[in-house]
Amino acid sequence: MTELIKFLEPNAQIISKRSSIISGLAEILPDDCLITDERELVPFETDAFIAYRRLPLAVVLPETTEQVAEVVKYCHEHEVPIVPRGAGTSLAGGAIPQEDAIVIGLSKMNRILDVDLANRCAVVQAGVTNIAISQETDSEGFFYAPDPSSQLACTIGGNIGMNSGGAHCLKYGVTTNNLLALKMVMFDGTVIDLGGKALDMPGYDLIGLLCGSEGQMGIITEATVKLLAKPEGAKPVLFGFDTPEDAGRCVRDVIGAGIIPVAIEYMDKPAIEICEAFANAGYPMDVEALLIVEVEGSEAEMDAMLDKIIQVAKTHNVKTVKESQSAFEAALIWKGRKSAFGATGRIADYMCMDGTVPLSQLAFVLEGTAKIIEKYGLRVANVFHAGDGNMHPLILFNMNDPEESVKAEQAGMDILRLCVDAGGCLTGEHGVGIEKRDLMTHQYSKEDLDQQMAVRAAFDPQWIFNPSKVFPLEVREDA
Amino acid sequence: MSETKLILPTSADELVDAVKGAVKGGKVIKVSGAGTKDVVGNHVAADIEISTTKLSGVTEYIHSELVMTAQAGTPLSVIEKELAKNNQMLAFEPSDYAQLLGSDKEQTIGGVFATNMSGSRRLSAGAARDALLGVKFVNGKGQLIKSGGKVMKNVTGLDLVKLLAGSWGTLGIMSEVTFKVLPRPEIMKTILISGLSDADATSAMAKAMGQSTEVSSAAHLPQSVSGSFLDGVYDGQSITALRLEGLKESVDDREKRLMDALSEYGNLSVIKTEQSAILWQEIANVKPFIGRDTIIWKVSVAPSEGHKLVAELAKTTEVDAYYDWQGGLVWVSLKSDHYTTHLRQLIKSLGGGHATLTRATKDVRSEVDVFEPQPLPVAALSARIKAQIDPQNILNPGRMSQNDDVMNKAAV
Ligand SMILES: Cc1cc2nc3c(=O)[nH]c(=O)nc-3n(C[C@@H](O)[C@H](O)[C@@H](O)COP(=O)(O)OP(=O)(O)OC[C@H]3O[C@@H](n4cnc5c(N)ncnc54)[C@H](O)[C@@H]3O)c2cc1C
Ligand SMILES: Cc1cc2nc3c(=O)[nH]c(=O)nc-3n(C[C@H](O)[C@H](O)[C@H](O)COP(=O)(O)OP(=O)(O)OC[C@H]3O[C@@H](n4cnc5c(N)ncnc54)[C@H](O)[C@@H]3O)c2cc1C
Repeated sequence: MTELIKFLEPNAQIISKRSSIISGLAEILPDDCLITDERELVPFETDAFIAYRRLPLAVVLPETTEQVAEVVKYCHEHEVPIVPRGAGTSLAGGAIPQEDAIVIGLSKMNRILDVDLANRCAVVQAGVTNIAISQETDSEGFFYAPDPSSQLACTIGGNIGMNSGGAHCLKYGVTTNNLLALKMVMFDGTVIDLGGKALDMPGYDLIGLLCGSEGQMGIITEATVKLLAKPEGAKPVLFGFDTPEDAGRCVRDVIGAGIIPVAIEYMDKPAIEICEAFANAGYPMDVEALLIVEVEGSEAEMDAMLDKIIQVAKTHNVKTVKESQSAFEAALIWKGRKSAFGATGRIADYMCMDGTVPLSQLAFVLEGTAKIIEKYGLRVANVFHAGDGNMHPLILFNMNDPEESVKAEQAGMDILRLCVDAGGCLTGEHGVGIEKRDLMTHQYSKEDLDQQMAVRAAFDPQWIFNPSKVFPLEVREDA
Repeated sequence: MSETKLILPTSADELVDAVKGAVKGGKVIKVSGAGTKDVVGNHVAADIEISTTKLSGVTEYIHSELVMTAQAGTPLSVIEKELAKNNQMLAFEPSDYAQLLGSDKEQTIGGVFATNMSGSRRLSAGAARDALLGVKFVNGKGQLIKSGGKVMKNVTGLDLVKLLAGSWGTLGIMSEVTFKVLPRPEIMKTILISGLSDADATSAMAKAMGQSTEVSSAAHLPQSVSGSFLDGVYDGQSITALRLEGLKESVDDREKRLMDALSEYGNLSVIKTEQSAILWQEIANVKPFIGRDTIIWKVSVAPSEGHKLVAELAKTTEVDAYYDWQGGLVWVSLKSDHYTTHLRQLIKSLGGGHATLTRATKDVRSEVDVFEPQPLPVAALSARIKAQIDPQNILNPGRMSQNDDVMNKAAV
């Protein structure tokens, strides 16, 4: 298909030295940690932003921080670009390689090193999956809070790369709020340790800066994350409405009334149909908009909060209120929601947008989204984190139809511009990657971006880390 | 030193002009809010002082969105009053060290974020930096830079917001801040356990935090300081305090469950909203050490290690201390200034953390690294970052580290 987004021109000189680079890497790494065969490189050519693909020069899968450091040092000396990779579930193309780069994949560094319950934290390698931490600590009554829907696959390193969120972030915050320490390999192979088990770190908040830096500043090899005590109980409740406006206002007024549930998720009719067909979760089919509201605590606590929410919902013409009656039902409700993207993928190709808007703008932006989609003659399903205004319109299209693919991309960009114009931002949790790179100038001035790039340069003076991403190519000249 | 010229910009444009003027004239700027923390951090020898106190006022506040935007020089008290009208609050509970530091000024919201000062609820609700959503700041080139925004979730580009939080005016002068606020809890209760040793209190606090009862703050006040709180009603016994907040039904329910879980620790009692509010305020504002003629350190370590640090220190010198953040924040009062190296070595041997010299005489401050010195690669990286934001090093040079020069050399 026609590619609207450009990658950096591959450096022919580096590509011509491929075999020498490979033998250089082979000296550093055990045999099974280096992939060079073209067929074996194919699984690494893209991530969950599958419209774009690039085969890398080679893929390395180191087993230790020392190996990562050696590889980075080698690449630094030979000016070979590096694309860090966790599980490759980025929806923004953040982990897509480029022809003159090597991919450093963290998948072999997947051990939990230390669970410290007295200090409520876990030290893990970057390639550990998000879910593994909660699984490891579940029997002790603890969990790791940020829960991206991709949590079965995505890694902590990738979560830190994107500052990922999830349905339960309304109460518990996103990755950056749940991170205590990092070990990182810098551009020249130096290893730094930041933070620790204390709550505050001395000096500049480098962990905060690195979280969400999209593989632009170094390779994270270890992290210390916070653990929380599991709630006594949790209950998702379904609220069905006849109009998106009612649902949107209900969200605003619940929050405005000082009630902060653990999660408030939104689905429109197309999304309800798609998810229900997949999960048989018992979603009401006769409504135009559905909210999944989760409350937590003991029975008494949940009932108290639920009463308050129902009162607010009633003032917005709620049509159905349905409490999950068992753990099984609750699990189904979440299965439907968390599988939304996958279930959508069964019926069409989709592009997932990620703009965040102020709550008062939810209804307006939903309406605007519908208009944009109509203009391009496409279809959309909306399923998103309503409590914090983080919207995920899924634009449905057929990837094998080049014309429609371009339309889908253009519609996506229009929607994101709308989010920014409504006082929001381009991306709430998926990151800029390659997908939203060229829209950055819509949200930031040249000086804003120059300042960000200058800070980036303090970490990576030669721009070897993930260089095609995040910053529009045309604003880079003097960075 | 010739006299420092004071500039009080009344708009972001004037702030930009002031910094641009300094850049041109090669002048060093001391950045200040109201100056309440002037006695923390290293002394800045400056040509001009830019204070934000005339950049004041709440710019936007939509309470149903839980977001407020204010000019950086707005007094904290004004912000808190405005929030109280809608029954809302700053979840991170900025503490007020004015009394501890002997200042009668009112801190500004910019100063709160620039120092990342958080109170007892930091344990569960995050620090000031976690609440900060967006900033506008003037960098060392005199450019007005925007980072972050007004929405709760935002990963668009590098998070310079976090970098500015806690940078003590060394990276930029904030003109405007946007931050998240939360509903004020309906009620508050504090469960008190009396008579525990520091070590037992540490395990009790860990146990409490491991329950599904959402304890929002946990502090331990040894017998030596407990008399300073709540007009001395607990004088003569140590007090371990665990705070529960939220909807009434919920707090009552959690209170029961937490009491059950902690029954092994013996003597439990409960205080209600009003008394609780006073107690936690006194804990945050370092009440026991106000008016004492000692050197005060603020130490941050893993929660399980705080009491060990104090026990080790007590072997060699006279020390008084109390604990917040489940034992991880230790307020240490020392009679002598000879123990800096020892203190920092102990922290290292206990798994790391940091110590900030919070109150001392000017002489002591000029001899001691007020903030924890960083390992060389991190110090060098920090210096490179500073150089990319403030290339001529005119913003509060040396405020965070006495060896800026060393750092700058390391960075080259
Ligand atoms: C007891 C006493 C002693 C004094 N001694 C001295 C002295 O030795 N030398 C001297 O020069 N003056 C001294 N002064 C004057 C001093 O009070 C300054 O007037 C004061 O404004 C400095 O404030 P601050 O930087 O501590 O500001 P605070 O408001 O306390 O700010 C704390 C920190 O945050 C930073 N900050 C505040 N607002 C912002 C913002 N909007 N953006 C970015 N960063 C920000 C500041 O730079 C500072 O690092 C003294 C005053 C008193 C009362
Ligand atoms: C079905 C589906 C549902 C999803 N749901 C959510 C959701 O609910 N919330 C959400 O926030 N996201 C969601 N995502 C997006 C995605 O899963 C997250 O962005 C995730 O954090 C990526 O993790 P990963 O391990 O796959 O990283 P990758 O995709 O491999 O990499 C992500 C970025 O981080 C960098 N990176 C990876 N590892 C490292 C490292 N060790 N050091 C430095 N940089 C590194 C990469 O270069 C890249 O820029 C979803 C994706 C899918 C496919």
